[in-house]
Amino acid sequence: MDKPRFFSHLRCRECGRHYQKEAVHVCEFDFGPLEAAYDYDAIGKSLTRDLILSRPQSMWRYRELLPIENEPTVGLQTGFTPLIRARRLAERFGVDELYIKNDTVNYPTLSFKDRVVSVALSRAKELGIDTVACASTGNLANSVAANAASAGFRSFVLIPADLEPSKILGSLIFGTNVIGIQGAYDQVNRLCSEIAGKYPWGFVNVNLRPYYAEGSKTMGFEIIEQLGWRLPRHIVVPMASGSLLTKIRKSFNEFSKLGLAEPGESSIYGAQASGCSPITTAVKNNTEVVHPVPRPHTIAKSLSIGTPADGYYAIRTMKETGGTAEDCSDPEIIDAIKLLAETEGIFTETAGGVTVACAQKLIESGCIPRHESIVLCVTGHGLKTQEAVIDKVGSAMLIRPTMKEFESLLEQPIQTH
Amino acid sequence: MAIPVRIPTPLRKLTQNQEIVEADGTTIREVIDSLDRTYPGLKERICDDQDHIRRFVNVFLNDEDVRFLKESETPVASGDEVSIVPAIAGG
Repeated sequence: MDKPRFFSHLRCRECGRHYQKEAVHVCEFDFGPLEAAYDYDAIGKSLTRDLILSRPQSMWRYRELLPIENEPTVGLQTGFTPLIRARRLAERFGVDELYIKNDTVNYPTLSFKDRVVSVALSRAKELGIDTVACASTGNLANSVAANAASAGFRSFVLIPADLEPSKILGSLIFGTNVIGIQGAYDQVNRLCSEIAGKYPWGFVNVNLRPYYAEGSKTMGFEIIEQLGWRLPRHIVVPMASGSLLTKIRKSFNEFSKLGLAEPGESSIYGAQASGCSPITTAVKNNTEVVHPVPRPHTIAKSLSIGTPADGYYAIRTMKETGGTAEDCSDPEIIDAIKLLAETEGIFTETAGGVTVACAQKLIESGCIPRHESIVLCVTGHGLKTQEAVIDKVGSAMLIRPTMKEFESLLEQPIQTH
Repeated sequence: MAIPVRIPTPLRKLTQNQEIVEADGTTIREVIDSLDRTYPGLKERICDDQDHIRRFVNVFLNDEDVRFLKESETPVASGDEVSIVPAIAGG
């Protein structure tokens, strides 16, 4: 008997036209993004909570809902990051039930991008592609470089030349071809789009995007499973292109439709830095038209996408789920990074600071009620953006190795919380 | 006045697989209309039925997205290059 086919085809999100499961990403008719479509009847007959629980703790325990045809081959250890009950941060925010989805410890490169790259490169192997590439604000480049190294692909990562040195190092170490572009991310994106039209490479966020984007759903699946098969009532997600936010919703819809999640509603909120907030600005102006930001300027470089490809869908998602969007300044991002570290022991990069700072504002303004469950998506590790906080954390107290000097330190005012 | 226009992969079936084609016009709108006369059907791929550039299409004049300029009314002059690029995802 043939094994059931769960991943059926690609489909245009705008007009619904069907496409073959190849390395294509836009509809030839209206340029709408292509999205993976599944046979949910077949999945419903096969995928149960017990089956999920019987599998290894990685993002692949939901493989029926991911767009590959055979067993995964790249990123087998990725995902199933901790969902932390954040009691001390909850106390600071004055809320009852707060959780952190902690993708700062994702494998192998400490950001949620390991999820999307695992899917894109597993699919690239199935399609017989030998060279992979990406346009990146840093985290994606790190993950493509690492996973390409371990899976034996040749790789090219294209980034804005002014990224944080830690993020550039975090690609170079894997022996990839790092190409720094003198320009903003949107210009990197445009160049990659043109390269992808000419070379038979797998650009994970260009021609492999329908596969890549689906990997983000695993963050949502894990949250539901880790909450005891229920949806969070509220969830705050950082937005760059807006893709993660829309895929979180797709994951909630799929688990609900398949009966894997208990019935419930979830409101989805988007977070951006004020220095690059095209999606939040559109939401605040109550329009679905996203005005691009020509020159983003914020320490949250991983979110600095001035022309967000999924902005329109992100706005629709927030509106339809009863959520909204918020933005925060660079000093607020730094305060939030420190707050999360000092209350929960989690060191996030700037994007996580954006999520935490915006969540705080949404709670204080009453948009998110204080007595319902709230999940914050923290998507990357702080060691990747050390530059942002290096001058804000003080320095070590220096003494000679004597008890006298040590005890004289204790007489000074020290941190007590 | 011939303006070179870069055609993205998804539209090359309409341009006999040519990556760069030539069009005439003094604004982006005229360039697109001119393209459509030479390669019928191109305009409806780029513009919606209200004649606006589609949500998922980016049109560049040299290095600048025309959404940052005057959209369809952006002036085009000799020596300029127009590129049509699909929007792509985050990174």
